[in-house]
Amino acid sequence: MRALFAQARMELRLTLRSGEGLLVTLIIPPALLLFFAVLRIAPSGYARPIDFLLPSMLALAVMSVGLVSLGIRTAYERHYGVLKRLGATPLGRGRLLGAKVLAVLAVEVIQIGLLVAVASFFGWRPTGLVPVALLALLFGTATFASLGLLIAGTFRAETTLGLANGLYLLFILLGGIAWPLDRMPGPIALVGLLLPSNALATALRTTLSPSPGWPLGELAILALWTLGILAVARRTFRWE
Amino acid sequence: MSAPRSMHSSAESVATRPAIEVEGLIKRYDSRTVVDRLSFSIFRGELFALLGPNGAGKTTTIEILEGYRRPDAGTVRILGLDPSRDASELKRRIGVMLQSGGIYPTATPQEVLELFACFYPDPEDPEALLHLVGLDEVRRTRYRYLSGGQQRRLALALALIGKPEVLFLDEPTTGMDPQARRLTWSLLEELKRRGMTILLTTHFLEEAERLADRVAIIDHGRLIALSTPQELMRLEADHVTVAAAQPLDVDELAQLPSVHRVRELPDGRYVLETDRPIDALAEVTGWARDRRLLLTELRVGHRSLEEVFLQLTGSELRE
Repeated sequence: MRALFAQARMELRLTLRSGEGLLVTLIIPPALLLFFAVLRIAPSGYARPIDFLLPSMLALAVMSVGLVSLGIRTAYERHYGVLKRLGATPLGRGRLLGAKVLAVLAVEVIQIGLLVAVASFFGWRPTGLVPVALLALLFGTATFASLGLLIAGTFRAETTLGLANGLYLLFILLGGIAWPLDRMPGPIALVGLLLPSNALATALRTTLSPSPGWPLGELAILALWTLGILAVARRTFRWE
Repeated sequence: MSAPRSMHSSAESVATRPAIEVEGLIKRYDSRTVVDRLSFSIFRGELFALLGPNGAGKTTTIEILEGYRRPDAGTVRILGLDPSRDASELKRRIGVMLQSGGIYPTATPQEVLELFACFYPDPEDPEALLHLVGLDEVRRTRYRYLSGGQQRRLALALALIGKPEVLFLDEPTTGMDPQARRLTWSLLEELKRRGMTILLTTHFLEEAERLADRVAIIDHGRLIALSTPQELMRLEADHVTVAAAQPLDVDELAQLPSVHRVRELPDGRYVLETDRPIDALAEVTGWARDRRLLLTELRVGHRSLEEVFLQLTGSELRE
């Protein structure tokens, strides 16, 4: 346990120490939320813009830390032989991955705190099925952290850098984060429906709405994505 | 069933078994054989150097012993344990220094030493290790801003943090300046005195000559010599080197009674091979006096390990 927590502390410390990690995880999501909320940029059909924007930015935050920050950091750790060197210590791969998950969850706690603080400024109060929303966040974390690690362990560090940022942008624009898919042209909406970002954002909107429901379909999509990603990672992930 | 048996064998191993046993080791990458039927044993408390040119199979060999790669054939035992099957027990008892990298670029020496200390049941004091490898002053400097030599010394300190019984060092002093290298050498000598078993690979013959109890020379994955550095240097006859103000007659020199063979070096000196250097010396000076030749250089020497290496492998060590 001591090794696990020491490693998790190091992971968290290095995430927050890197400028790009800090920017993408803790600055971009609250800044976007603030920007859109001030300008009231949101689709019609929501009582207030913040009711659409907060679930979007919570989903964005999970992608920022799991896909972008964790993926890129891990890719460079692999590039610099850190993963290899840790492999010769008693820490073990299980605890190394466990420590990465703990660090991701810790960053998410900070992100949620910041986003909820901004949202409450625009009159948002917790409604709906909050525990189910947290469950959806956990499912999303599993999906995007697995995706980040898959890319990090499969491609070179430079490729991971481009790929993680590219997918991030794709998910934001076409994956139901910036704009809901039912307001998009048909073919684009069809592509977006299959993306995990839309499943996570929709699950959060469903659970945090004043008349909430259980997002079973979305949770199933996220679980399927996670299983698929892990199956591929088992074949392609390299520690060196 | 297997637990008591392995306990028994490890109790036995303390007294009788070598710390490292390698038997018939083979490793292929695709169709290329990089380690070819390698066998050697390293005794407890021994400092053993693996010497060879680039691509000789040194790193592959040491990484098989560290548990990073599985051999295609042959057996490997470290402290009586199998690096693949008994990995979790072995990792507590060995220390590893990779050939390069392995450390978070944005973390400081103090942070990584304190982190690694948490991985081991009975670690060294990170403070003491920082001092031992001379990194006190840069303890809060991020790894990426350390000099090459400082980075290597941090890697060495990390290898020592778990109080290992066996230490694996892959080219530990490559990239160090001469002062850091001497500091590392005296550190390794101290560790040897404390009874640690050390396997190191190196390009530096001087390093092997000074530190190693025994040296294995490998080339193309094969063991081509295994002995003490002193024995290796005695493999061939001693020699006498002479030089004069003018060219010398090679045939006349070769006819001196104690001289086996004469070689002319590109720089104009002559090397006389002999197994009776004292007699050869007397004969050469007598021969020069008779011909009124002034010798500008006259020297008896052993071959250096470098020359032995050159002769055995046909290639020079490169950094």
